[in-house]
Amino acid sequence: MARLPLIAHRSPESVVAWRDGQPISAARYLADVQGAAAAMPGRGHVLNVCSDRYRFAVGLGAAMLRGQITLMPPDHTPETVRQLRGFAADLYCLADKAGGDINLPQFDFPLNEAAPAGPLRVPEIDAQQGCAIVFTSGSTGRPEPHAKRWGALVRNVVGEAARLDLLAHQDRVVVATVPPQHMYGFESSVLVAMQSGAAFDAGRPFYPADICATLARIDAPRVLVITPFHLRTLLAEVALLPQLEMIVCATAPLSPQLAREAELRSGAPLLEIYGCTETGQLATRRSTRTSEWEPLPDVRIEARDGQAWASGGHVERATPLSDIIETTAGGRFVLHGRSADVVNLAGKRSSLAYLSHQLNSIEGVEDGVFYLPDDVPDDGVARLAAFVVAPGLTRAALLGELRRRIDSVFLPRPLVLVDALPRAATGKLPRPALAELAAAQVRRRGQLA
Amino acid sequence: MPDPTESVSQAAAPDEALLAELARLIVSALNLDIKPEEIQPDVALYGEGLGLDSIDILEVALAVSKHFGVQLRADNENNVAIFRSLRSLADFVAANRSA
Repeated sequence: MARLPLIAHRSPESVVAWRDGQPISAARYLADVQGAAAAMPGRGHVLNVCSDRYRFAVGLGAAMLRGQITLMPPDHTPETVRQLRGFAADLYCLADKAGGDINLPQFDFPLNEAAPAGPLRVPEIDAQQGCAIVFTSGSTGRPEPHAKRWGALVRNVVGEAARLDLLAHQDRVVVATVPPQHMYGFESSVLVAMQSGAAFDAGRPFYPADICATLARIDAPRVLVITPFHLRTLLAEVALLPQLEMIVCATAPLSPQLAREAELRSGAPLLEIYGCTETGQLATRRSTRTSEWEPLPDVRIEARDGQAWASGGHVERATPLSDIIETTAGGRFVLHGRSADVVNLAGKRSSLAYLSHQLNSIEGVEDGVFYLPDDVPDDGVARLAAFVVAPGLTRAALLGELRRRIDSVFLPRPLVLVDALPRAATGKLPRPALAELAAAQVRRRGQLA
Repeated sequence: MPDPTESVSQAAAPDEALLAELARLIVSALNLDIKPEEIQPDVALYGEGLGLDSIDILEVALAVSKHFGVQLRADNENNVAIFRSLRSLADFVAANRSA
């Protein structure tokens, strides 16, 4: 049975990661993985919430050595954690600072003082072994699990590494603004470096000035992994970008203007990645050259009966996609927006059905619905509205309940209390009727202001 | 020669005008459904208080940078202590804005 190495680095001194401007060697990483694996509790599932990307990668490697599966939910709200406990009763939380209010047995990230010694012995992991389970919010209120086996993940990120030119340039360091616990950050910072022989930076810079400072501390060629929204604020605030080898952008399509601006200002090519939680990365494009997406090796993207499907390559089972696609020549494709029920805000995906289900699960809510306005700003973040029939509940109480159940990015703005929803005779809520409710709300605001 | 302690104490006590200016900036940058004077100086800006999240905080940081020439910094996304309240944001701006 095929076994695949944990990292592609071949010498003890190869750099796996950078932290605070200092390189961390492959020997150090493997010693830390062994140390953490020895100290971890004997449980089957781990929620790795380490905010330091290096510690996340140590926890991930250690979990695999112990045969433990890393769970990656879309958020850490109390309701989601409760659902995860139901999914895996032996779940515990690996944290590098107080795990906060996460209601799970806590295991603090172990400090490892042991000095690495001897030749580099890279552990090999069975390609069939489960590595992670990534969750999407299903439409019924229960998170849907998507199992990621080690072999498929490796195949995926090696394909990606070739597109990012990392296999030929192992001296490059990936700096990412996205968390390692999100599928994009997981693959495009941690795994892509581990499996290409390149390195990732342990930080997760937030403000534009932090991004520049993190890049400036690294004494090696740099790749920036970012989202459209973050890229827009970076370009708006910072006049002079540090020199980059490449910018990688994903989670939402980038406007052509911003792609051009980013390449002009950085002098680096910008590569967009298309993918989703279910399948991982699927395709890339050089956005300033073409609107067509080029699938990763052996991946097929097809439209059948109005539904887009991904299959082949690292995609183990044909998987429906929530985007509307049109195939073009040579297996390439263009995107035409998302299917009606899906919302993707700042890289977090949910569905209107799921969010409305959560809203209607609140005691005292008689009827309620989430609504996504049409006018989405370029490279910005649209906000949802919600209309709720809940006599006896205040907006503050409703928002407090929603905060326990859904990621804050999906909290409605505005949340409008109404006497009744404009349901048709069939019980359905026609979108035009909701649009009219939203427009009425905007008019009311205009009068108040 | 200016007394350094004096300038520090001035910076640490932002005036009402700055609080009001920042409140207006936040409401307009985020297109919030409230009036600027409804933002209480000591109520949390994120989470349970005003309910801002990391996307809002980046938007406000950008507006603050454009308006006051002050760039915000943090060790990581969770370190948003500057956004604890309108007053703490005003303290930061007062201490760092170019005179």
